[in-house]
Amino acid sequence: MVTEEDIQNATVELLRKTVVKLPADVEEALRKAYASETDEVPRMQMKTIVDNIDMALKGNTPMCQDTGVTIFYASLPKDCKVDVEKGIVEGVRKATKEVPLRPNAVHPLTRKNPGDNVGERMPFINWKVHGKDYIEITVMTKGAGSENMSQLAMLTPTQGLKGIKEFILGAVLKAGSNPCPPTILGIGLGGSSDIAMKLAKEALLRPINQRHKDPEIAKLETDLLEAINMLGIGPMGLGGKTTCLGLNIEYAYCHTASLPVGLNVQCWAGRRGTVRIYPDGRTAYPTHER
Amino acid sequence: MNKMPKILKTPLSEEVVRGLKLGETVYMEGVVYTGRDEVHLHALEYLEKGKKLPVEFKGCALFHCGPIMRKTGDKWQAVAAGPTTSSRMNSLEPLFIEKFRPGAIIGKGGMSQPTVDAMKTYGCVYLAITGGAAVLAAQGIKSVSGVEWFELGMPEAIWILNTENFGPLTVAMDAHGNSLYADVNAKVKENEKKARQKLGLA
Repeated sequence: MVTEEDIQNATVELLRKTVVKLPADVEEALRKAYASETDEVPRMQMKTIVDNIDMALKGNTPMCQDTGVTIFYASLPKDCKVDVEKGIVEGVRKATKEVPLRPNAVHPLTRKNPGDNVGERMPFINWKVHGKDYIEITVMTKGAGSENMSQLAMLTPTQGLKGIKEFILGAVLKAGSNPCPPTILGIGLGGSSDIAMKLAKEALLRPINQRHKDPEIAKLETDLLEAINMLGIGPMGLGGKTTCLGLNIEYAYCHTASLPVGLNVQCWAGRRGTVRIYPDGRTAYPTHER
Repeated sequence: MNKMPKILKTPLSEEVVRGLKLGETVYMEGVVYTGRDEVHLHALEYLEKGKKLPVEFKGCALFHCGPIMRKTGDKWQAVAAGPTTSSRMNSLEPLFIEKFRPGAIIGKGGMSQPTVDAMKTYGCVYLAITGGAAVLAAQGIKSVSGVEWFELGMPEAIWILNTENFGPLTVAMDAHGNSLYADVNAKVKENEKKARQKLGLA
């Protein structure tokens, strides 16, 4: 039987893998971007990024000092008896010391830092029950530089597709050099204000080389990505060809009178990781197998 | 690319700072202080109250960075130390430059026009270091000689770093009123027309 300690250990290992090594799709996009840049300044930015990926892996060290706040997505078997929440929370505490992670979580008003990345509602866990026999935990270690550029627009239905495009393009222009481009953009269409933002973040969990299964949404993903990469903001906003590595959209049906659009901005270090914990205690890390 | 890289030694003289060219690649050697949101607030508050600062910022390199540090025995070591978003300090930096006269600000993303202006007036440059490349940056930190204002938390404290071959750094805002970010922005404005056309926007 899976114990709370199994969850805790898996969380520590998941966080270590996530902050040290990028998923294959993100790494591949970064290497492609490096190869495509021709001017000296953007080339050097991309070379530094690619070199840093290798160095992080070699030294088993977090690739970026901003190891983010820890946003979890947990999927549980129907008959789950173990305290997964406690396992995750204690795992975060332990990983902060052992990996180490930077103690980022503070009280929003007093800014008091407890030093262990654990506080009111943090780590934040999104829950789901699934029909499988294993526990699946996914984490995003989300840095603030990019998160601070995220936005919500409550558009009117008459603004429609054009309004969506205007909003995204405007947000990318406003973010400019700040979110550590080349970025990954997650967009949530529809639902309600909170659902659009939630979907925007969940969109970042899909590999960036997979288009949405709905061809109309897939076309919007491709069109927006191409247009954004015409802007020339470039790596670190110092000019160049690659402003955005990938763009994913998720949607939900919404009220006939509204059109919420959420944008979640992710820096080039698109860190996400998943662990599966099987009933016999065995673990697998599908995002980090290679 | 095959030129010998220029090494800057701290403390920086105004002459050296004014001699740096936009787009040039340099490396840092010597003491570098980290300082971000809370350090800016605190330092200016100290000044207002006439309190003495724990470090001398004149001619220094101030690094917008909240590192991951590890303590082994009584020694601190930089694990990961990339830059933070400099624009968060936009509102305080001009006054900080005027009052404390740093020679260089190291960060990412660039800063707004009032900071470009202050850098021109008082002789300071902005050196861009690649965001997120925290392991590479930490390799240029040979030792940590101390920490001040640790009570502000690990990311917000002043870390006193001894650097060698710290970089590559791009002179992205010089001491003559020029900014690579402003140049890029002008081009982006032009490119925006093509992007809008592509999306079928007027």
